[in-house]
Amino acid sequence: MYGRKVKLRFLFVVIILITLILTTFLILNSLEENVVYFKSPSEIKSLTELDKNKIRVGGMVKKNSISINSDEVNFIITDFKNEINVIYSGAVPSLFAEGKGVVAEGFLKDRNFFSAIKILAKHDENYMPPEVKEALGEK
Amino acid sequence: MLKLLEPNKIFQITSKAPKYVLLLFIIVLSIGLVEALILSPEDYKQSDAVRIMYVHVPAAWISLGIFSSITLLSISGFIFKNKNFFLISKSLAPSGFVFNLIALVTGSIWGKPTWGTWWAWDARITSMLILALFYLMYLIAWRIYDSEEKVYKISTFITIIGIINVPIIKYSVDWWNTLHQPASINIMTKNSIHSSMLYPLFIMTAAFALFSLLIFLMKYNTELIKIKNKGLDRL
Repeated sequence: MYGRKVKLRFLFVVIILITLILTTFLILNSLEENVVYFKSPSEIKSLTELDKNKIRVGGMVKKNSISINSDEVNFIITDFKNEINVIYSGAVPSLFAEGKGVVAEGFLKDRNFFSAIKILAKHDENYMPPEVKEALGEK
Repeated sequence: MLKLLEPNKIFQITSKAPKYVLLLFIIVLSIGLVEALILSPEDYKQSDAVRIMYVHVPAAWISLGIFSSITLLSISGFIFKNKNFFLISKSLAPSGFVFNLIALVTGSIWGKPTWGTWWAWDARITSMLILALFYLMYLIAWRIYDSEEKVYKISTFITIIGIINVPIIKYSVDWWNTLHQPASINIMTKNSIHSSMLYPLFIMTAAFALFSLLIFLMKYNTELIKIKNKGLDRL
């Protein structure tokens, strides 16, 4: 139905696409470690050697773990398997709260202790009006 | 069907349609803005900052949709040697680029009060920036090359490489830890966005789609005039 040239051009595009998809897949797979924006406390626990460079740790702020003394904030980041203590001095974003997502940027002191220089609040995918949230909370 | 593709027939549509599309766009945008800015509720956590989403999300959707469309059209144009497909792609690209920039800028404005930063090099945000660069390459390619044969091939090649990035943008939030939240609107599973926020979002998407259509018709009309001036009567 179609000419030989048309079929060849179709094949050409298909081969380019397959090659590109495979290449991209391989690159992204090998870059896995660096594509992630933050590590979870479990990943920190399983590190064979402590990273001296600036890293990011993310997870949930553990319930009842925030303590503020003068200008220092202490809290625990958890992924519900492992936890890490975070110390930070400075202003926190308004959405920073217990039981909510957080990403801390800073340096590891050891596997259980993280000194943050920047705190980012991670927003989740839930969007609802306050009334609905209250109704959900009562259940 | 083939009759419809006659330049004169298309020209009649593209020269008259914009004013009606503009009218429709203004109506839908007004409804959308009233819904998004006044009638829709504030969010339980981010309060009024949620309203930025009604611009951010539709803009991102449209920019992804347009890039996918120009890729499909360019590839079809390349395979079947159809000049018209390339001209449609060329006319679609500018509004896709503009919405891509709008998505990046509104995301940045939303990020400061919620995340606490204007910019993060996370997978979603970076891949969206890469899409903007592909749009830019595509648009520049059309300006650089005078030879039609050359520009058709090069622009097609740019879209083929760029389209690999589109699924990466979509799934980046699921594949990797990102600062950007995962999708709230899912076809297969339950939406995690309340319906009172969903309707304004869809109306705004319709408004932005109409704006893209408007810009497309105007650009495409110009392309057709160029062809007419060259004295060609077939696409």
